[in-house]
Amino acid sequence: MEIPYTTEARPDTGLFNAKLGIWLFLASEVMLFGSLFSAYILLRTGAPVWPHGRTQGLSIPLATVNTMVLIASSVTMVLSWASLRLKDFAKYRLYLGLTILAGLCFMVIKGFEYSAKFEHHHFPSTSTFFAVYFTLTGLHGLHVLGGMIINGYFWGPGAKMWKSDPERFTNRIEVAGLYWHFVDLVWIFLFPTLYLL
Amino acid sequence: MALVDDHAVPAHGHAEAHHEESFLRKYVFSQDHKWIGIQYGFTALLFLLFGFTLMMMMRWALAFPGKPMPILGGWLFKAMGGVMPPEFYNQLGAMHGTIMVFLGIVPLAVGAFGNYVVPLQIGAPDMAFPKLNMTSYWLYFCGGVAMLGSFFLPGGAAQSGWTSYPPLSDIAPTGQTAWLVGMLFLIFSSLLGATNFLVTIIQLRAPGLTWMRLPFFVWAQFVTSFLLLLAFPALQAAGILQLMDRLAGTSFFLPSGLVVSGVHLPNTGGGSPLLWQHLFWFLAHPEVYVLILPAFGIVTEVITNNTRKPLWGYRSLVYAVTFLGFMSFVVWAHHMFMTGMGTVMSTFFQTTTMIISIPSVIVLTALLITLWGGSIRFNTPMLFALAFLPMFAIGGLTGLPLGLAPTDIHLHDTYYVIGHFHYVVAPGTIFAMFAGIYYWFPKLTGRRMNETLGKIHFWPSIIAINCIFMPMLWQGLAGVSRRLYDGGASYSHAREVAAHTNPFMSYAAWTLALAQIPFIINLFWSIKKGKEAGSNPWEATTLDWAATTSPPLGHGNFEQVPVVVRGPYDYSLPGASRDFTPQHQVEET
Repeated sequence: MEIPYTTEARPDTGLFNAKLGIWLFLASEVMLFGSLFSAYILLRTGAPVWPHGRTQGLSIPLATVNTMVLIASSVTMVLSWASLRLKDFAKYRLYLGLTILAGLCFMVIKGFEYSAKFEHHHFPSTSTFFAVYFTLTGLHGLHVLGGMIINGYFWGPGAKMWKSDPERFTNRIEVAGLYWHFVDLVWIFLFPTLYLL
Repeated sequence: MALVDDHAVPAHGHAEAHHEESFLRKYVFSQDHKWIGIQYGFTALLFLLFGFTLMMMMRWALAFPGKPMPILGGWLFKAMGGVMPPEFYNQLGAMHGTIMVFLGIVPLAVGAFGNYVVPLQIGAPDMAFPKLNMTSYWLYFCGGVAMLGSFFLPGGAAQSGWTSYPPLSDIAPTGQTAWLVGMLFLIFSSLLGATNFLVTIIQLRAPGLTWMRLPFFVWAQFVTSFLLLLAFPALQAAGILQLMDRLAGTSFFLPSGLVVSGVHLPNTGGGSPLLWQHLFWFLAHPEVYVLILPAFGIVTEVITNNTRKPLWGYRSLVYAVTFLGFMSFVVWAHHMFMTGMGTVMSTFFQTTTMIISIPSVIVLTALLITLWGGSIRFNTPMLFALAFLPMFAIGGLTGLPLGLAPTDIHLHDTYYVIGHFHYVVAPGTIFAMFAGIYYWFPKLTGRRMNETLGKIHFWPSIIAINCIFMPMLWQGLAGVSRRLYDGGASYSHAREVAAHTNPFMSYAAWTLALAQIPFIINLFWSIKKGKEAGSNPWEATTLDWAATTSPPLGHGNFEQVPVVVRGPYDYSLPGASRDFTPQHQVEET
């Protein structure tokens, strides 16, 4: 039993199944983060005063570095897919490895930020500002972690497929890449919302 | 790909397409859409039965407040002498709603019917992502376990209503946390499922099966999946925020200065209870259409088949449900007229609400006109499908006064509301589900369900169910509030109405339970003993009946990929030799 269009695109839609699937999944993710951002807007407009991130001890330099790290990881993600298209498996491994490392770097910096908050006794229960901060960045962090696990799988055991079905494997990296770019994009929204506004 | 006969025990190396699957792979962690559909269906029916049992217990407390409950009372409420305590009634109320909607009807309508029928109707070998399909089922199962398990937690299950409004739900016992965790599982499940359905319908349609040749059932499932995909994340977000409130001590939904039982809560406050209501209803109003659209789909298939006429207004139906899908995202705050959100908001949402009633009317009208002049076959699936029409019409029309802010002020939170949405969901959707079960049973088993037992199931059910819900509309107009655990006996404004109506309604509810016994017997008896059906017992035109055997066994549905050459409902074509022309059948000369 074989399911059509797992690898090649369906002529009338121009998409293979997984690519359409990930776009639809990302649409639901947009609604998830959209709901949370709306919640943030409603809470902030309803509050008598709302503190600026800077006054709450949020580190703009660290967050800027993290933004750069994630943007760079998006670039390496694309390069890893492009390497597969050029049939260069070694380069693919290198670039995907860099993507995973960038994700790790992001999480470590985030960890430093979190522990600095905890040292100053800033917890989710401290104020609505910190509730929003920890929930949104925490959920985003989980998404980064999920992306790292997926990419890690394709770097390691999942890469076996390159031998048996290279075209499908390339598709998989494209799909994983779409997810990874989305996770970056969420951070691009989170950074100004929490740190700068 | 070969159609594999699983009854025969194949010798080693029997067929190239067939490899022995272990029992676990085949029946438990199956990736075959048909078996997953059956898993969904069976689990969902059990949950429906369980949710119904909860309701029957509630009906005792409503009809005979303060009296010891027979059968289960002595065992459940030993300390109270068999009398149900109010806290337990609240658990029943919250869990009845949750279980019926999220664990019963949606999994049955989408998980079971969608899974089993959609790939067959579009001529696909399976769903686009079989592993994901299996994962959806098991996430649903885990969600169900979390919900059921919550009854055994200290303080019992969730008891803040199926809507879980804060601040009450924020400070409720642990059962509420289990409810939230269970909901998150169910949300993941339906997100994966919805993605899978959409990709399947968009990508795996057989050659020639263009969008305007899709059976209406597939269209209904298509729009339903979009609603699930885009509406559920709002509840996901709300659930995460409420979990944070309960576990991390945040105040997303807690206002400042909240005092509970004379104690000032330690939370910082600054949150908004209304935020929950917005997020919840942003999901839950599209969810209402998730409940009704698959029912539209099933009823359309059954009615068209049994009138032996083409469906009237196929295109208008398709446009109507698509429009309905879009509109369902902008009506949510008609549940919130009483929150003081202001007249501008109310005006906007009551306008959109009036607009969204139009597509439903189009669907009903088209189905009624389809009946006109047909030589109708009154078999059991048709009876349930026909009953759906007036029942859904009552449900829909009683909704209009609730969608208008001025009348809603009187009717809000009364039994009128309960009567209204139960008419939509119980004799509406659930009857459509029954129609679907009787209709597709021959596809699942190769045998028909018994007609006599079917009629013994149908007639008492339709009478009893109206005896439950019609008086609710009266009660509500008389001002009886919902969620009163004694049914209003201790409230002077409600006492008299309640005493006159509640016992009668409760007896009707228990009669309804008895009326389901012939169905249960029929369901199991017919698997082995039913009349043999052949592959197309209803002489239907769609691909699910046309190009596969009944039951379609094994992984993979079609011996040859069917090529579709015509629309879905070519019944009684002039000049054709039979009164139905299947979708893949080339013109007869």
